[in-house]
Amino acid sequence: MLDNFINLYHGFYIAGDPFNILLMVIGILLGVIIGVLPGLGGANGVAILLPLTFSMSPTSAIILLTCIYWGALFGGAITSVLFNIPGEPWSVATTFDGHPMARSGRAGEALTAAFTSSFVGAFFAIVMITMIAPLVAQFALQFGPAEKFAVYFLAFASFVGMSKEAPAKTIVSMMIGFALAAVGLDMVTGQLRLTFGITELLNGFDFLIAVIGLFGIGEILLTMEEGLEFRGKAAKIDPKVVWKTWKTLPRYWMTSLRSCIIGCWMGITPAGATPASFMAYGIAKRVSKNGKNFGNGEIEGVVAPETAAHAAGTAAMLPMLALGVPGSPTAAVLLGGLLIWGLQPGPMLFVEQAEFVWGLIASMYLGNIVGLILVLTTVPLFASILRIPFSIIAPVILVICAIGAYTVNNNVFDVLMMMVFGVLGYLLKKTNYPLAPLVLAIVLGDSAEEAFRQSLLASGGSLAIFWSNPLVSSIMGIGIVAGLWPLIAHLFSKLRVTAQPA
Amino acid sequence: MKHFHALGLGAVTALGMTALSMLPASAAWQPNKPVEFIVPAGTGGGADQMARTLQGIIAKHDLMPTQLVVINKSGGAGGEGFLDVKSSKGNPHKIVITLSNLFTTPLATGIPFNWKELTPVAMLALDEFVLWVNAQEPYKTAQEYEAAIKAAPDNTFKMGGTGSKQEDQIITVAVEKALGKKLTYIPYKGGGEVAVQLVGGHINSTVNNPIEAVSQWRGDKVRPLCVFDSKQLPYTDKIQGDLSWSSIPTCKSAGLDVEYLMLRGIFMPPGVSEEQVAYFVDLFKKVRETPEWQQLMKDGAFNQTFMAGDEFKAWLDGAEKNHKGLMQEAGFIAGN
Amino acid sequence: MEQAHQGAGPKQRAVEVGTALLTLLFGFVVLYGSYLVGVGWGSDGPQAGFFPFYIGLAIAGCSVINLLQALREDGDALFAEWGQLGQVLKVLIPACIYVALVPFLGIYLPSVLLIVVFMTWLGKYGWPLSLAVGFGVPAFFYMTLERWFLIPLPKGPIEAMLGL
Repeated sequence: MLDNFINLYHGFYIAGDPFNILLMVIGILLGVIIGVLPGLGGANGVAILLPLTFSMSPTSAIILLTCIYWGALFGGAITSVLFNIPGEPWSVATTFDGHPMARSGRAGEALTAAFTSSFVGAFFAIVMITMIAPLVAQFALQFGPAEKFAVYFLAFASFVGMSKEAPAKTIVSMMIGFALAAVGLDMVTGQLRLTFGITELLNGFDFLIAVIGLFGIGEILLTMEEGLEFRGKAAKIDPKVVWKTWKTLPRYWMTSLRSCIIGCWMGITPAGATPASFMAYGIAKRVSKNGKNFGNGEIEGVVAPETAAHAAGTAAMLPMLALGVPGSPTAAVLLGGLLIWGLQPGPMLFVEQAEFVWGLIASMYLGNIVGLILVLTTVPLFASILRIPFSIIAPVILVICAIGAYTVNNNVFDVLMMMVFGVLGYLLKKTNYPLAPLVLAIVLGDSAEEAFRQSLLASGGSLAIFWSNPLVSSIMGIGIVAGLWPLIAHLFSKLRVTAQPA
Repeated sequence: MKHFHALGLGAVTALGMTALSMLPASAAWQPNKPVEFIVPAGTGGGADQMARTLQGIIAKHDLMPTQLVVINKSGGAGGEGFLDVKSSKGNPHKIVITLSNLFTTPLATGIPFNWKELTPVAMLALDEFVLWVNAQEPYKTAQEYEAAIKAAPDNTFKMGGTGSKQEDQIITVAVEKALGKKLTYIPYKGGGEVAVQLVGGHINSTVNNPIEAVSQWRGDKVRPLCVFDSKQLPYTDKIQGDLSWSSIPTCKSAGLDVEYLMLRGIFMPPGVSEEQVAYFVDLFKKVRETPEWQQLMKDGAFNQTFMAGDEFKAWLDGAEKNHKGLMQEAGFIAGN
Repeated sequence: MEQAHQGAGPKQRAVEVGTALLTLLFGFVVLYGSYLVGVGWGSDGPQAGFFPFYIGLAIAGCSVINLLQALREDGDALFAEWGQLGQVLKVLIPACIYVALVPFLGIYLPSVLLIVVFMTWLGKYGWPLSLAVGFGVPAFFYMTLERWFLIPLPKGPIEAMLGL
């Protein structure tokens, strides 16, 4: 452990080089731009810039690329809050409360809360990496298909049952999500399904296309119906909004801590940032005393998913370095980069390339601090975008959505699909179908089914594999409790009423 | 007069395809806008890594006047990428890197394309396959592992691989045939994930490409038993202890008569001119001489065969028949 | 959303019924698609259509419940007033035309048209500002995406003529 700190000190020496600091600033700024443009995610951004880094030293190169990643993580929150368009999958849960806040004129607060929470989550994860990296790597190896399925199950279970809408509508919405996720190639049998011979459907329905349409375009249509203006128009631009929000944030330390732990855990088990954000949101909603107000612009509803997403995004770097297995698509691209720079991620990296590894870890600390400062200064600027009249901003958002939808898969058909999803989003929202379960199902449906079927292949078709060892059984157990929680809570409150008749 | 001259040249090009093919690669044609480099697989996989390395090498050594832009089109086991190239008839600013899914995807899914509908440019290398087990397993040699499989009931041993009805499963089926026992094949999304699942003990063996498992081998987490090639690998740099790629025996010598190599080749859309193909053949010849490419070949223990033109077409013809045969036997053809 | 206004417009009930029928249809499509690839439980676990089949069943089943519930609903509530729907269509129709033009003209030209039409027609802005925004935004994306990040966006005949 002491070794780790000595190594880290040395790492700071490397990362603190002025050239590397400059790379951090450039990386963060590029990353924010990438994060703001929906469709152009962190993975894309890193992949595109990767070849430019071949002439740098590996340490400088990875500092630049990871900072793009941090920047994209920060930037994803911006469009979620302002326009209800999540720039990245893990920003979806941020829209639930972040956008209502912006509509009621609290965009600055929402952005400050989102950025600060991102930082807290990432920082927590880095500290964890510094302290217990080797241990954590061992833990990640325990996760086979059955364990992975259990994690997805837990993510679903802690999120469902949260909506106020009619149960049949919630089920329809979630099942549509699952059905859309199933379109395309079935990974386990290698067969095409639900494509009906339409070549455009080969790739299935990308999550981002659905989200850009349902949330982004749907929101524009709803706004039109209510008259030509964003309701956030009256927002006062107050440069002190950052300080004012910071004063209120310590109140939610419990939510932050919980989300940090959820995030780190989900980042290491390679489930990733998206389920982490949904799970943290779902749990916060149940546990918080303001839970009933979630979805109407509760700051805690921004803190919970953002913290978890970033803790997960950062923690996902660890399995990549220590095992060579990417915890996120971005990590997968970085992994390719490591190979090209002549570094082989895997068990030997920490031993053979200690300087590189600790330089990287130190750069995570510095990069996130630099990032937080940079993005916080932009809060008033971004919040003021909402003052632009709707008839200018609406067509621009439409163009951004179309470009975003196209860049996800470089496919024009996706732009048409986005429009279809937009109309669908408007219709479903107006008829009180909840959209969140649909989105969650599209994101996780495919992976969950894949893990389930891989497990069954391994067990020869027996469901007992989900109870075959302490790890998988305990996750499944927690999942079942989480799924039945509303029922349990209901019974408890009844018991309490009968115990003390007032 | 000038007009007439240009027209005449066009006619010569159109008529004299075969004549031109005999000319040396004069490479008069050059790309005049960014070239799209389609990867029919997801980001982070073997083909993607190779494409991005190529992009980096070409940019670093300034081998092309315009930029090379990598685009992933992975839908339908890569079918999306191939269909895109097939439909870009006559577009010289588009190339595609292939893996075995060039043959397996149309057969397994029925997505309508065939390599003959694209223009073959060059074979860059062939990727090897190695049989791996977890280092904690007792099997030191392929023979010991084969004996264990033969002694146990069907489906006792689990083989992990990338994708379904693709190269890894084809090899698995061939191994099953050779041993007369069934293995449980579990498909995963990517080669790196397969290697980690083997380290975690969730599967018994894999047929990972060298580059996918090499880091786990260096950490002494996995052990190579044999290589699915006709001869041993030439690379003698020490990797784990005293072992190098060249110390792995062939599977054939270990009593497992299975050979499989995967194509890493470049294709262009149909209807491009010989001159344009020649430009890219020449480009990749230059790439092969760079130290970065040599390093990649060594790291991934690739088979460095390079082919272009008719030789390459003949090879493709053979490989297609071979795949058809293997997949028919395994029952992987769509509609069965 | 409160629907306190007294005006004419489609009834909430009718739209609910329509949506339920739509999801019911979708459920049947999923059922049919799953049936095509096999819905059974093979020797080594579920076939490709196994999960989609039950998903389709759940969609169809719950759609019927939603349909019955919608039919029992109060018949007077409005979905939206015609005027409001008109507003929605003012965005929706240009947006649909925009999206339909992209495959033929690329993304840049339709973007210019959309922004300019939207600003002059709905926003009542003058031509100078509309044209500035209309050309400025696509130009910005051209620079950032195509030049910096090397992501080619769809282009049409006009761009080909300009040699971009």
